[in-house]
Amino acid sequence: MESAHKGKLKIFLGYAAGVGKTYQMLTEAQELKLQGVDVVIGYFEPHGRAETIAQTAGLELVPRRVYDHRGSRFEDMDTVAVITRHPQVAVVDEFAHTNVPGAERLKRWQDVMAILDAGIDVLTSLNIQHIESLNDQVWHVTGIRVRETVPDWVVQEADEVVMVDVTPRALLHRLERGVVYSHEKAQKALENFFTESNLTALRELALRQAAHQLEERREDLRLRPLYPTAVRALDSQRQESILIWITPHPSTAMLIRRGRRVADYLNSSCTALFVARDAAMSELSPEARAAVDRHLNFCRNLRIQPEVIESPEPAKAVSAWARDHGITQIFVTRDAPEAQKLVHLARDMQVTIVAERVRHVT
Amino acid sequence: MASKEFCRPDPEELLRQITAQEAHEAHGRLKIFLGYAPRVGKSLRMFDEGRRRKKRGQDVVIGAIQIKGSTDIASMIREFEVIPPLRVGDVDTIDVEAILRRAPHVCLVDELARDNPPGSRYAHRWQEVEAIRALGVNVVGAINLQHICEQQDAVERITNRRSASSVPQSFIQSADEIVIVDVPAEILAQHTLTQHGGTSNLTPAQLSELRELALLLAAQVVEQQLQHYMDSHGILQSWGTQERILVCITPRSSAREMLESGARAAQRFHGQLLAVYVKQDGLTREAEEAVEENLEFARKLGAEVHVIEGNNQDPIAAIIRFAREQRVTQVFVGHTQQSAWKFWSQNPVDKLIREAEGMDVRIFPHAGVLKNSQLA
Repeated sequence: MESAHKGKLKIFLGYAAGVGKTYQMLTEAQELKLQGVDVVIGYFEPHGRAETIAQTAGLELVPRRVYDHRGSRFEDMDTVAVITRHPQVAVVDEFAHTNVPGAERLKRWQDVMAILDAGIDVLTSLNIQHIESLNDQVWHVTGIRVRETVPDWVVQEADEVVMVDVTPRALLHRLERGVVYSHEKAQKALENFFTESNLTALRELALRQAAHQLEERREDLRLRPLYPTAVRALDSQRQESILIWITPHPSTAMLIRRGRRVADYLNSSCTALFVARDAAMSELSPEARAAVDRHLNFCRNLRIQPEVIESPEPAKAVSAWARDHGITQIFVTRDAPEAQKLVHLARDMQVTIVAERVRHVT
Repeated sequence: MASKEFCRPDPEELLRQITAQEAHEAHGRLKIFLGYAPRVGKSLRMFDEGRRRKKRGQDVVIGAIQIKGSTDIASMIREFEVIPPLRVGDVDTIDVEAILRRAPHVCLVDELARDNPPGSRYAHRWQEVEAIRALGVNVVGAINLQHICEQQDAVERITNRRSASSVPQSFIQSADEIVIVDVPAEILAQHTLTQHGGTSNLTPAQLSELRELALLLAAQVVEQQLQHYMDSHGILQSWGTQERILVCITPRSSAREMLESGARAAQRFHGQLLAVYVKQDGLTREAEEAVEENLEFARKLGAEVHVIEGNNQDPIAAIIRFAREQRVTQVFVGHTQQSAWKFWSQNPVDKLIREAEGMDVRIFPHAGVLKNSQLA
């Protein structure tokens, strides 16, 4: 667990813009203030929503910092000022936000980490589609590739995740009434992202995520009364160990996310392996080499330790490495050139072939 | 990529759907606020919804109130017209007739799980709600997890107590909308400590488990709504919002290990475990018994077990079709003995990998395969 001086992180989780995350977060801030807690707004995105803006009344707002970047001016959270002000609790909207150019850190969640490290509690807001390991699924459902993501481990480290729930029908009404966006923007949103089926699917993902989050936080997994006894007995039997085989193929990013997600749910360790034919990766084109680097970096961001080994026979090397390292399950993308070869070489292990999800436009 | 997959229901099925749809539309809508424990604020949310609707010009009345409501609620209730309850003995029941005469647009019903005394027209409050809805009045109601019949065993395991009154889960699932009222367990634990007359002295750990149950129940209802939407719009595609794990059973495969892994994964993902056996001709008695044993083991682990007909000697095609129909996200299959497929034109595992579009395929070692370095 965290050290005693570290601030607590509370995430208000929603499934779309307009469900009321920020509103509920501010309501809680108001309640805290009433109780005499020193609470400030570190960052707030009004989106022109009157009810939400009204909810900030009386709360101290730390002024934004203005960044000059190549002749343009950008505003973003002033993390240093928040830490210097040192309230007990800071409200920081939009956890998944990518910082403006020139900011000290790339992502807002990194700023939040810094604020927490300073011993300040943080309330923040997040939509389900910004969780990294759900990126492919969200694309599958909505057709939108979300670029601003938060690694799962960051969310898992939150002390509390609260589901902010409204029904898709109520949300669609809000959109139609112009509560969420201006009318033209709402019309566009209704046609694209905000369809009843999209919202329903995202909502289900969010509910499951919130439930999973609670389960993760309970320390003794075997004490879960939700499990039938027969399964509970199984649970402690076997420690899984997952290996992800990295290749230059673009579907590898999806593979990494999927492997990470399964490993998290199975409480399994997770490593990644790339097999180069020689130290210079001379068999790869510069693009392929860049892709491999990207994938290895992506692993690190998701807290997966990547290993690079050399061998002229990749599939054989992967199965041997897995055997030496007590791997129980190898993840490989169906598009990897030697995927099927691996399946037959690693017949003494479990191999999971992950196929890219195909999106049918409806 | 732009291919649209439509299923074509047969005409009778279509007619049945339309009739059901029409009956459904004449019905008042039901919206439920679900709490995971007393005092999470579900009633407050419900009355708040009523207030908002009233503000938007809807005709909202109260059909039933919990008497032991907090002061917050008491002040809110004053804004509404309350339909006086019907006294049966010394118990208040909903005056269904009066509500129907009054014919409001929306009727608020606090605490959906109440048993009426003998001699009442309806034995349970949820039946009163059904009667109100049947005549086209919308109902917004509130309920706590411990009052849902099918959840009571699990709730009792967590809290060591059981509520006397309950509603069937099918009633909850019949709701057009369900909203989970979620607050952190810690806050609730503090609340119950500081507020007098608190019904619970549950620990944060217990509350956290109740909370998880409620979230999963809501997810289940939402999953059903999603499926209903997809079916009624003829969309065959699966979005995999719930993990559905299919274990392929054969007499030879290491079925037990696969089933155990499958059960573990299904539990961890709160998904569904399915087991399928594709009928094969000419099995030895021994093999048949092995299959039966494996299927029995699957049932014991809570799997939904299916036995399907083989498809002209092509079991893989049958499995894939079945997996699509069942919106499976992960297929578990065992390696065949190498000698068993050598003479075929194609290794079935390879075929499965190639054709299992949009699913993960997890291949398990053959039970007879030797472990470790012997294969290196």
